[in-house]
Amino acid sequence: MPRRPIIENNRNFTWITQKVCGIVEGRTPMWWWVAFVVSAMVASFTLMGLIYLVSTGTGVWGLRNPVFWGWAIVNFVFWIGIGHAGTLISAILCLLKQKWRTSINRAAEAMTIFAVICAGIFPLFHVGRVWFAWWLFPLPNANAIWPNFRSPLEWDVFAVSTYGTVSVLFWYMGMIPDLATIRDRVPMIFEERMSKAKTAFQQFFEKFYFGFRKYFYGILAMGWRGSNRHWSNYEMAYLLLAGLSTPLVLSVHTVVSFDFAVANLPGWHTTIFPPYFVAGAIFSGFGMVLTLMLPLRAIFGLQDLITQYHIDCMCKICLATGSMVGYAYGMEFFIAWYGANPYEGFAFVNRAFGPYAWAYWIMISCNVITPQFFWFKWARENLWLVWILSCFINVGMWFERFVITVTSLANDFLPANWDYFSPTIVDIFTFFGTFGVFGVLFLLFVRFLPLLAFAEIKSVSKQADVHGHH
Amino acid sequence: MSKQYGYLALFESAPAIYHAAQSVREAGFKKWDVFTPFPVHGLDGAMGLRRSKVPVFTLCGGVIGFFTGMFVAWYMGQFDYPLIVGGKPFFSPIFPFPVAYELTILLAAFGTLGGMFITNRLPMHHHPVMNYDKFRHLTDDKFAVVIEAGDELFSESGTREFLESLHPAEIAVITDEEDE
Repeated sequence: MPRRPIIENNRNFTWITQKVCGIVEGRTPMWWWVAFVVSAMVASFTLMGLIYLVSTGTGVWGLRNPVFWGWAIVNFVFWIGIGHAGTLISAILCLLKQKWRTSINRAAEAMTIFAVICAGIFPLFHVGRVWFAWWLFPLPNANAIWPNFRSPLEWDVFAVSTYGTVSVLFWYMGMIPDLATIRDRVPMIFEERMSKAKTAFQQFFEKFYFGFRKYFYGILAMGWRGSNRHWSNYEMAYLLLAGLSTPLVLSVHTVVSFDFAVANLPGWHTTIFPPYFVAGAIFSGFGMVLTLMLPLRAIFGLQDLITQYHIDCMCKICLATGSMVGYAYGMEFFIAWYGANPYEGFAFVNRAFGPYAWAYWIMISCNVITPQFFWFKWARENLWLVWILSCFINVGMWFERFVITVTSLANDFLPANWDYFSPTIVDIFTFFGTFGVFGVLFLLFVRFLPLLAFAEIKSVSKQADVHGHH
Repeated sequence: MSKQYGYLALFESAPAIYHAAQSVREAGFKKWDVFTPFPVHGLDGAMGLRRSKVPVFTLCGGVIGFFTGMFVAWYMGQFDYPLIVGGKPFFSPIFPFPVAYELTILLAAFGTLGGMFITNRLPMHHHPVMNYDKFRHLTDDKFAVVIEAGDELFSESGTREFLESLHPAEIAVITDEEDE
């Protein structure tokens, strides 16, 4: 059976450049402004929530005995997990020579970075006195006390900050050749715009705007000129960064799972947590990639670059990782029984049939049942269905973190300590607003930076083969 | 007064640039380069480029990162301010391992990106090739071979004839002068 082409309709290099550069070079579409304003308004909820929190105290978050890891930690793990798909696509699929990654890696990496930013907000403010958050880092302070390196929470500081930084480096390096292309097109687009500008004000605006663009893309492109001597080093650096990001992405969610697994709490203290968290993170991340890419593909007409083949691949990864997560849910139950620890056994029965059973069954239905539709070709080809299922995955993975965090804390060893956790309106505002923060950042990315890694897409097209067209 | 930087031969396709690069290499030129809008697979071999030096920078970064992580945990926990927490040792190579591991990756990544810039001598915001009037296409859809005037085998007429024998789309003279 012949391989399905990665680029459909045999599009040539010029078409690919024009298509992707056109997104940042054209006039700002109306929908973009609407989406941007709405996102900014949503983001203001986070701002309001945080201002109220800082001026009052973390008690406004519904944190009280015994649940001191409420929504903040749930949201942190949720957002950081979302990011993992971006790194999986850019790093692991690069090492596995999966050529289809080139069409989606840029946007997925951007998603990673913005998700890490949203994730970082929560532990930062969860420390309580946020103005002392810098004590998390090994910096000299007036108390002369250093961070406790024996604590998984300190490992997490290093894991998440490294993850954010390396993701930015990888994302930026991948963009350099594409930024150079946009830089080289600036004079041409400027002339086109000037010929259309009628009034003096329009001409002044275009001069000002393109002056900015010339320096913005010029500085970011670092003088890239496409020399093959440069490409040789660049490709090596890219491969190395992929090789470095692979253990990184696996370690980040492993360390996040240590935050739970190193504690002695029933339901947390299990060795399955690291692989289970990593699989869940990739699952949720691909859910988010599908949620974002399907509308973008339709809006910008990228069907020839992000083809049904790409969507099939992403759906299959959701299916595989979702099934792994389902297996982990089952295995947790088995070990809780097989381990014969009454507290552990209770923790799991309580999850499924206790006061939080509603959350547990939302989690099971969204995470275990939803991806099973992706076994079927008709489901993968119905893009509305894929989009709706991907949204369910996002919801389900949030509930997974809620179930893990809250049920274990709320009902631990002694019934006298038990309580039922409910979020407050401040919790809800702060979390809701992070979708706006994410939206604002993603819309700015779509508008100003190359959405697809088109230099890489060209290199996997048929015409790039030096031994002629196969 | 503008000085000649070299000759540029423009090619329209990836196979054409691959064969041109092989011919230039076989002709024995040393100071020459190929410009492509994307990394052309196999072109490094056709040009006879040696393996990139970037891994050296990565390794240095990684080693520095790992030892920094371990040193910081030892210095802070055992040397500068020993504090008993949970009855655990002040220092052991086990518990700060995640920290050293993350710092290994962090500094190796900085080493890699920095190494890529250093080996490529970037940023360099102007280069004579950018004076070429169709330079825009070299980051879009066309390919070029540039032979520098500084090469020992370079001659005004001989090099031009040689490039013409490769059947390029066009040949241009690249001058070493800022066109402001």
